[in-house]
Parts: sequence; structure tokens; C-alpha cells
Amino acid sequence: MIEVEQLTKFYGRHAAIRNVSFTAARGEILGFLGPNGSGKTTTMRILTGYMPATSGTARVAGFDVFEESKEVRKRVGYLPENPPLYPEFTPRAYLDFVAAINGVARADRRAAVDRALEATAISDVASLPISTLSRGYKQRVAIAQAIVHEPEVIVLDEPTIGLDPKQVISVRKLIKSLASDRTVILSTHILPEVTQLCDRVVIISRGQIVADDTTDSLTATEDLEQVFLRVTTSDVTEDEAAADEHVEAAADEADRDVAEDNESTDDDDEASPTNDNGGGK
Amino acid sequence: MSNIWALAYKELRAYFLSPIGYVVLAGFLLITGFMFWNMLAQFSRFVAIYSSMQRPDMMQQMNLNDMVITPLLGNVTVVFILIMPLVTMRLFAEERARGTDELLLTSPISTLEITFGKFLGAACFLFVLLGLFFIYPLVLIYFGDPELPRIFTGYLGLLLIGLSAIALGLFTSTLTDSQIVAGVLAGGLLLMLLLISWPADAVGEPFGAVLRYLSITEHSSDLNRGLVKAEDIIYYLSLIAIGLFLSQRSLESLRWR
Repeated sequence: MIEVEQLTKFYGRHAAIRNVSFTAARGEILGFLGPNGSGKTTTMRILTGYMPATSGTARVAGFDVFEESKEVRKRVGYLPENPPLYPEFTPRAYLDFVAAINGVARADRRAAVDRALEATAISDVASLPISTLSRGYKQRVAIAQAIVHEPEVIVLDEPTIGLDPKQVISVRKLIKSLASDRTVILSTHILPEVTQLCDRVVIISRGQIVADDTTDSLTATEDLEQVFLRVTTSDVTEDEAAADEHVEAAADEADRDVAEDNESTDDDDEASPTNDNGGGK
Repeated sequence: MSNIWALAYKELRAYFLSPIGYVVLAGFLLITGFMFWNMLAQFSRFVAIYSSMQRPDMMQQMNLNDMVITPLLGNVTVVFILIMPLVTMRLFAEERARGTDELLLTSPISTLEITFGKFLGAACFLFVLLGLFFIYPLVLIYFGDPELPRIFTGYLGLLLIGLSAIALGLFTSTLTDSQIVAGVLAGGLLLMLLLISWPADAVGEPFGAVLRYLSITEHSSDLNRGLVKAEDIIYYLSLIAIGLFLSQRSLESLRWR
């Protein structure tokens, strides 16, 4: 369903992701983990057709995300990390609009909206302005938005944020049920959620994939927390990233100031102003 | 096409789900109502004076179109330049500030459809505004006998100015995530298009003619007098086309940042 190959995205001269490759099959829930600013959002934005990659290819449901962006966008439901809500609309009107621009025919729209309202358990607030809803309800309206047009691929960026334990459990159930005949990419910082839900886990750190395996084999000898800490703080990765940054910076500044090339890699790392903005923009 | 209507409908609803639609309509009607009352009062005063002076020749020249409607529509073009930025500033800046641009740009809707949908939504709001503004001519038609074709060409001028202002305002709204910046840019642009012909006489020909051609009010004054000229229509259509083209380009460029 999803094939990502050698995906690289530069913001200016800062690489947000570099040679990212992974795949996800139909019926699979893929856990997409990584520290803040590691390039998760960037990868998801490329997969959902929000922006193009600098190089590399990604295919979703058999369509290239750049060449056939519209076909991809038809088939993907996306929950961004900031819920994209119109606060003055009611959930019903909002979902009706999202269904309409996603090509759900007028005749089927009401049923589609009702289904999404029910699946996310927000039918009781369907006629109140979104601005008056609590955080948990808003988050679930945003989840409903990602599934209202029944996409084949669902990309969820921290879906359970701001939910109470009961709501978390029902959203997890929902995600599990969605995956039966679709592909779900789930990005989250809650590691137990990943162990519970995901068939496979991809961990990204500093823009590069540092782990890609089934949940079972990753957690065979140690728990996911330990795996996460090990692969995201490993010295090898840090040195590589620092060296990469250095080469890049040196190439850019070579004709301006050769002397600066002798600066230590650590300084270079700190001097890069966009360094911390990984997936922010 | 259905995408365009869905977006236009959403935009029109948004105007009336937030205070902005009501505030703009009320403000516009209050200001234009004051202007209308003022001109009508002036008109009645002259009628009273001339009839007391027993001057049928002067009475002959008293004309609702010349003394009320034409100056009213002329003034309203200036009011438009003040209020249309308030209508357009939210169009895309608000989406960017709320992060809903991510929803639009990851939906199977093209940037061209977004541009047309937004434009159409704001245009529908303009129709509502012009519809309510038609109360004043209705009062005159009921109590007097104005020339209808001239009223309609005057309205056509207002409509074209409004649509041009929407297209340009939509463009400035795509440039920033701050509604205030978008509104100020749109207002500045429109004001510049209003002022641009002022030095026309001083700079002499042929530049004066160019400056006059660029002026946004120069073209509506013909329509306001009942003259429908191709060059005026073409001027407004080009402004609309330029605004829509720049908006679509600007939206497309958001993906590449």
C-alpha cells in the first residue's frame, strides 16, 4: 500500500529527512516513532501530498505522491498534529464539508457523516459549534475528519493526544477496527500504544530510519522504551548526522570563508539555525 | 466543479457563523444609509426652494439619477475600497493561521478549485451586500421615477469593483497567515488603484492617460453615468483575472516552502 524509497527533504540546506525508505502493507498498522523534530511530520506531509520531497519516491495505493498527487489525496485520510478544525462550524457541517471536498457524492454524504460521528462517539455534540467543545471532543472531530470519506490509507499524527483514558481506549479500538482492510500509519509518543496496536514499527531519528521491524521481534529481548532510547541516542547516528551537517555547511561556505572549515563539528551543529525545526514547518 | 461549490458554500456560511459578516453588512448599510439620506434631504431641499421660487425650468432639471443615485454610487465605490479588505482578509490567512490549509491541500481539490471556490464564496457575500443595498433605489422607485437602466449600469460598476477587490484581496490573503497584514495589503493596493490617476494632469500625456486607465474609479464613473464601454468591462475583468492567477500561483507555491 505504501512504498517509500530514498525519500529526502531539504528545508534550505537543512535536511529534515534523508534517504528514508519503508513499506506498509494493506491491513497493517505501522507505528511511526521518533523524537520531536526527527522528521516524522515531514514524512507524513509528503505521503499525504501536502508537499513534494526533494528527492526519492513514495507510492501510496499504487500512485506516486508527486506525479499522481490527486489520486493519492483521494485515498488518504490525514490527521495532522494540529487538528484542522473550523471552530465556528458544527461537527456535522464540518464533516459534511470535508466529505464534499473529498469527493463523497451528495446523496451519500449524510450517511458518511453519521458513520464518522458514530465511530468517534461524537454524535451527541454533532450540532454544537466546535469552538464550544472540550479538547477530547475536538480531537475526535479531527479523527472523524480523517475517516469520513473511508480512505484506504489513514495517517494519524498523535491521535490520542488530549483524550481521557476512556476515550483513549475507544480510539485505540477504532484504529484497530479501521486497519482490517486499510493501512494505518500511526505516529505517537505513547509507546505502550504502539506495542498494543502496531504490527510493525519504524523509528526515525535525525531524519534517518534507525529501526524497522515487526513489533514482536523488536520487543523480543527488551521493551520498546529501551529500544527507542538505544536507537535514537546511539553515538554512531549522532556522529554521522554531525558529519553530514559539517560537509554540507562546508560546501556552502567554502568559497566565502575557507577558515571556517576548521571549526569543530559540534559548533557547526549548533550554528545551524534550522537544526531544531525538523518537522516544525 | 462540485468541489468549488462545496468550498464556496463553506465560505459563505463562515461569514454568517462569525460576527464578521453581520458587522460588515451593518456597517456598510449604516454608512451608505447616511449618505443616501443626506443626498435625498439635499434633493428635497432644492425641490422645495425651486417650487417656492416658481421656477418650472429649474424643476425640469431636477433629476433623481443625477442628484441622488449617481453621487451615491460614486461614494459607495470609495466605501467599497474600505470594506472589501475586511471581507477578503480572512479568506486564506485564516486557514493558514488555523492549520486548516493542511486539510485543504491534502484533499483531492486543486489549487485552482480552491481559488475559484474562495472567490465565489466571497462573491456570494458581495451579492448579499449589494442585494441589501438595493433598498435605496427601491425607495426611489416607489416614491419617484428614476431611470432604471442607469441604476443597473451603476450597480454593474459596483459589482465589478467588488469582484476586482475580492480577487486582489484573495491574493494578499494567500501571502500571510496574519489577517491584519492581508487586510492592510489589500486596502493599500486598492487605495493605490484609487489614487493612481491623481497626478494624471500634472505628468501630462501620454502617461496621464495610462494613469487614468489604471484608476479603479475612473472606469466605474462611465458605468455610473449609464455608459457601458468595453474598455471599462475589460479593465475590471483583467483585474479579476490577475488577482485569481496570482492567488492560484501563490497557493501552489505554499507546497514548495
